[in-house]
Amino acid sequence: MPLLAPETPLIFDIGQDGRANCYLPAGPALDTFLPKALLRHELPLPDNSELDVNRHFTLLSHKTFGIDTNFYPLGSCTMKYNPRINDAMANLPALRDLHPFTPDEQAQGALAIMWELERSLASLFGMAAFSLNPAAGAHAELTALLIAKAYFEKQGQSTRTTVIVPDTAHGTNPASAAMVGYKVVSLKSDERGRVSVGEIKKAIGLDTAVCMMTNPNTLGLFEDHIKEIADAVHAVGGLMYYDGANANALMGNARPGDMGFDLMHLNLHKTFSIPHGGGGAGAGPVGVAKHLVPFLPTPVVRCNEAADAPGWQTTERLTFRLEFDRPDAIGTMRSFWSNFAHMVRALAYTYANGFDGLTMVSKLAVLNANYIRASIKDVIDTPYDEPCRHEFVASAQGLKRETGVRALDIGKALLDRGYHAPTVYFPLLVAECLMIEPTETESKETLDGFIAAFRDIIATAKTDAAHILDAPVNMAVQRIDETRAARQPDLRWRPPA
Amino acid sequence: MLRTIGAASLDELVNVPAAVALRSPVSVAPALSESEIAATFAGFAARTTGTQFRSFLGAGAYRHYVPPIVGAIAMRGEFLTAYTPYQAEASQGYLQAIYEWQTYIALLTGLDVANASVYDGATALAEGAIMAVNATGRKALLVSSAVHPNYRAVLRTYAEGLELDIDELAYGAEGTTDFSTLEAALADQRYAAVVVQSPNFFGAIDALPAAVVAQIKATGTVVIGVVAEAMSLAALATPASWGVDICVGEGQSFGVAMAYGGPHVGFIATTAEHLRRIPGRLVGKTVDKTGANAYVLTLQAREQHIRREKATSNICTNQAHCALCATIYLAAMGKTGLRDCAAHNLARARELRSRVTALAGFDARFSGAVFNEIVVKVPGKAADVLAALRDKSILGGLDLGRFYPELSDCILMTATEMTTAADIDALATALSEVPQRAAARS
Repeated sequence: MPLLAPETPLIFDIGQDGRANCYLPAGPALDTFLPKALLRHELPLPDNSELDVNRHFTLLSHKTFGIDTNFYPLGSCTMKYNPRINDAMANLPALRDLHPFTPDEQAQGALAIMWELERSLASLFGMAAFSLNPAAGAHAELTALLIAKAYFEKQGQSTRTTVIVPDTAHGTNPASAAMVGYKVVSLKSDERGRVSVGEIKKAIGLDTAVCMMTNPNTLGLFEDHIKEIADAVHAVGGLMYYDGANANALMGNARPGDMGFDLMHLNLHKTFSIPHGGGGAGAGPVGVAKHLVPFLPTPVVRCNEAADAPGWQTTERLTFRLEFDRPDAIGTMRSFWSNFAHMVRALAYTYANGFDGLTMVSKLAVLNANYIRASIKDVIDTPYDEPCRHEFVASAQGLKRETGVRALDIGKALLDRGYHAPTVYFPLLVAECLMIEPTETESKETLDGFIAAFRDIIATAKTDAAHILDAPVNMAVQRIDETRAARQPDLRWRPPA
Repeated sequence: MLRTIGAASLDELVNVPAAVALRSPVSVAPALSESEIAATFAGFAARTTGTQFRSFLGAGAYRHYVPPIVGAIAMRGEFLTAYTPYQAEASQGYLQAIYEWQTYIALLTGLDVANASVYDGATALAEGAIMAVNATGRKALLVSSAVHPNYRAVLRTYAEGLELDIDELAYGAEGTTDFSTLEAALADQRYAAVVVQSPNFFGAIDALPAAVVAQIKATGTVVIGVVAEAMSLAALATPASWGVDICVGEGQSFGVAMAYGGPHVGFIATTAEHLRRIPGRLVGKTVDKTGANAYVLTLQAREQHIRREKATSNICTNQAHCALCATIYLAAMGKTGLRDCAAHNLARARELRSRVTALAGFDARFSGAVFNEIVVKVPGKAADVLAALRDKSILGGLDLGRFYPELSDCILMTATEMTTAADIDALATALSEVPQRAAARS
């Protein structure tokens, strides 16, 4: 066990006057430039030596799991390895330090990166075009629903205000729908864990705007009737939206466009190996079919010479511009064009794999998930008894009844054994749900280690449940009083009175 | 592995119905080795010449000195490759860093609480506006036209979805918001919030006078203050001190790369009164079962994964890693470093103004006090002057005609601590040749 200091003092408690670093020359007094009334009276921040800052944050890093230190079988989050070449390319000074208002002529390489990525994504997912504008998955959902709303308004069908969301959907789906004023109709999955064509036909009508689905769904199951579902939604004039959170199962094998989806988003921080960074920044490009292209948010990258067909082509002899003047566009979603540094990373990842590599990524992601599933299904309930795609769900309901050990407790016990917990209590339709997604980048040895730890936890639960209920004991802290955190919110340090 | 699974082949596991099989060939970037990727991106970098130019661009993204310690720490794998800290026991370090970020933002803005970050300054404004709408039950906003045009554009996009009305206040001769129409506008109490930015898009310090704040609050309207240049917080009177209820802004200036527009880091700070309306994640300090201090994501009942369509926002991802960079930056710079940095910005902007406006035909367009940006009225079209400067490898600033047709003869110029005397000399020399060139052309 590493030497963990149990508590790290706050940065505000360790600073002292006289410890400022010399990053800049001393500056003149502020009231040389402005009257005192416009200036702040005090700046109550600590001065810390660089060593103290370095050690403070390094010690904090030691109390944080990352993919680099621990296996992260976190369902629906696609915690694959983040190759460092991606960061190195994003940190090339010409790209890293480029101002967003740089004229197109001085930003040609950056625009080429965006265009190559956008064209590649369009082909890989069967869309006519992508917008790289949205900052994250939920932001992309909002973007896509605004596109749908603008499209229906243009068609004179603004009475379409219902969004169909299966009960397996991510929580962001209904929350995004609410942000465009759409009413959410939740759809119950069938006994096979899928949306049934019969149920969807009952739910849809002339008020249907969008049906939001992911495929494979969050149970890790392929929606095998997706084409019939899409046909039914299209028949009543609705649009199909693909939540790309689970796209890591599909690449090179099937495309949302071919399934009948009109709109989609990708989480580049999942499928395209961008580091999650502790919860962001992400990136959520939105893809659309041809009839929705005019509504994409601005700006879009346009090539001055080549046609708009999906598909990669070399950009060495091409020139590009950012296009802002698009009369049907929904507007813009953010301060500046895209999370560009992530576009660099995603394109580097695409180059590292190519079509064959991306296809193999998805195949191996599915292989790894099935391997874990097959290796633990004799000790925990797996409610849908069939091979999964990139992830699968297990239920601790039986174990809880037998021993009192819940999904949450299994997760905490895994932390003690050096593994990040799976996603727990999601999707909501599976009681005591554990959702496991290993990704393709983990070796068989790592999976075997996880399987052994998982089986050991289940066995221990049956003989010594208290031991599991006590976990974690090897972390920086033990179980946390979350009720107190919510009832007596302490959200910041305050200077001593 | 296939034997354990009981499958005959990989293809069997990923089989899909024939109806949804690939209908046409896929074309993506070709597979390259890592050394070839590096060479390819060196090519992209070579075709991106902007950073080789002397630059006076700002307008919501700022070039500031970033001590190498920021990258050295932030790129540690534990931070870079962590997920959202839902498993608090395994994320104490990151959670504490975000608690420190929340504290820094609260101290800098003078407000009670700040969230764990949002996407950027523009989306922070949209989310702040939603807070005000929820607090007042009113569905209209009154926004200064000197708020960053891109922020206003994003607000309009969100307002389409939320069905909010947006009205604007004009700007005056000082480059600050004109409040002469305010009283009439507030009369029917239809606005959830009045939105102003300080320093505003023209660089002018646009803190509301106390009388205006009183007028706004008397009608039950929320004051939203926007900060697009966070470095100004190190010098200027805090948003809280001049009456802001909800402060939204962009933290890119605190050690986050401009990166052609992102990722940057938005923040939202507010008073205790609006705490439970704040969107996105919040880190709280509590104890573990042994009584030791511990940090955890808290007040999650506001959030989408619990509340689904009833959540305060659909936000899931935040900008944790950018917020971490900013926290390390603020810790390393300290109050002394930040004060010095702000002082250099104030000094360089004044030097820029005096050098440029000393040239025949170039004048300060507005008279108000500024932080690090100025609006220069040029002879002829701003676009032509900027094109002439580009020929001399200078990015002279932003053509304001792009957003304000009546200001198409104005350039927004920015100077930071990174702007050198040589930069300003080169700009002044190049500008001094512009009128002759324009004259020669006509």
